[in-house]
Amino acid sequence: MEHTESVRFFNRGPSPVVRLAFFSLLSLLLLFVDARYQYLESTRRVIAALVYPVQRLSTLPGELWHGAGAFLTLQNNLVHDNELLRARHVADAARLQQFDTLQLENAQLRKLLDVQQRSDYRMQLAEVVYVERDVFKREVFIDKGSQANVQPGQIVMDDNGIIGQVTRVYPWLSEVTLVTDKDHAVPVQILRSGLRAIVFGSGDTNDLALRYMPVNADIQDGDELVTSGIDGTYPPGMPVAKVTHIERDPAYPFARILCSPIAGVNSQRFLLILSGEHKLPPRPPEAAAPDSRGKKGKKKMP
Amino acid sequence: MMNFSATPKDREFLLPASPLFIAVSLFVALLLDWLPWGGLWLALRPDFVAVVLLYWCTHKPYRVNIGIAWAMGILSDVADASLFGQHALAYAVLAFGGVVLHRRVQMFDLRQQTMQVFPLLLTAYAVYAGVHWQLHGYVAWEYFAGSVTSTLLWAPLTLLLQALRRPRTDDEL
Repeated sequence: MEHTESVRFFNRGPSPVVRLAFFSLLSLLLLFVDARYQYLESTRRVIAALVYPVQRLSTLPGELWHGAGAFLTLQNNLVHDNELLRARHVADAARLQQFDTLQLENAQLRKLLDVQQRSDYRMQLAEVVYVERDVFKREVFIDKGSQANVQPGQIVMDDNGIIGQVTRVYPWLSEVTLVTDKDHAVPVQILRSGLRAIVFGSGDTNDLALRYMPVNADIQDGDELVTSGIDGTYPPGMPVAKVTHIERDPAYPFARILCSPIAGVNSQRFLLILSGEHKLPPRPPEAAAPDSRGKKGKKKMP
Repeated sequence: MMNFSATPKDREFLLPASPLFIAVSLFVALLLDWLPWGGLWLALRPDFVAVVLLYWCTHKPYRVNIGIAWAMGILSDVADASLFGQHALAYAVLAFGGVVLHRRVQMFDLRQQTMQVFPLLLTAYAVYAGVHWQLHGYVAWEYFAGSVTSTLLWAPLTLLLQALRRPRTDDEL
């Protein structure tokens, strides 16, 4: 009995244990190489190009549903939306007219003060193709990739504020890590007081945490956080979050501050990719080591 | 007559699983996995690929083996933008469990099979979460809800695949 079993196994190729050992080792090797060295990006791009049609196919029902929904909107809603947009347009137009003169004035003042000019950003519209399929991550995929000149590190926003950052680019897709991703860091400034801070994603869909702020820091409920632009990744002055909850317990060195993102991080379908890069002068070489504030916006690559 | 206890006598009446049928079932499972799930639904989503792989590993262990499971894992890794080998390792472990236990699983009826399959799926989920924990230092516990729904998917999926493999009888023609 045992004899026939072993002969059968022999004919069928290596035993399951051997196969498991082989493929586990291969996986662990791949994991190690991918996590440590990022050598496999080109391989990933090739497989992603093969997988892409299937992925699009799987999003087709959702797109059709959306399309049908758009087609069958009530006229009532359209009229209402139209009114809303018109009102908003009038308000925006008035502000825009001021903006032009203010921008000119600002440029002149900056020239007078000899401060570096702020650059303009070009925007690219992209559509969310899928939301993250991994419970561990807060990511979306958008339908512009290296074919549309998207590069890793570019900032993605909606009309209200920052959504996240492009972390990986495929030919026709790119992967955007949202600001709510666990430990994703954005250097911010409190709009009211100018206080600098770093806001971290909590891995939850709707929460950001302002860490390392002393208990007596000048922060109030409802304070708006905008990017400070200090990291050189995020352009300055973009709205990020609003403070929703402050817990000041003197027993702890830091206050516990929760914020909620201003942009529709979970709800938007159309996003803007900022494509003008934000130039910073090169960093002086010796002042490097212990200061974590000057690091890039992303601490941890997911 | 609708007895799917998968006894050897029953299996004689199943058509041999053609490679095309296996490939199509895995492809459909991939499509289902890649639907735009979100939020709570994502946490509760059964891992269709894992369950289909487990079905083939227990019912056709010499056709679908650890190698195929691993390759499916690599595809999932690319699509989910997880690290290379993360899904692959989990699916390889799952397939190993399925291949080693295939005789035992086939002996039981569906309810008992479900109990047998749960630890296997849970192990695969734990492997995936363990890799993530090693690299990123935290575990999202709601992820394990997926192993329960995957287990619940086992019985309907087995019925479906068995029904598709059943030859048509004369009165149906």
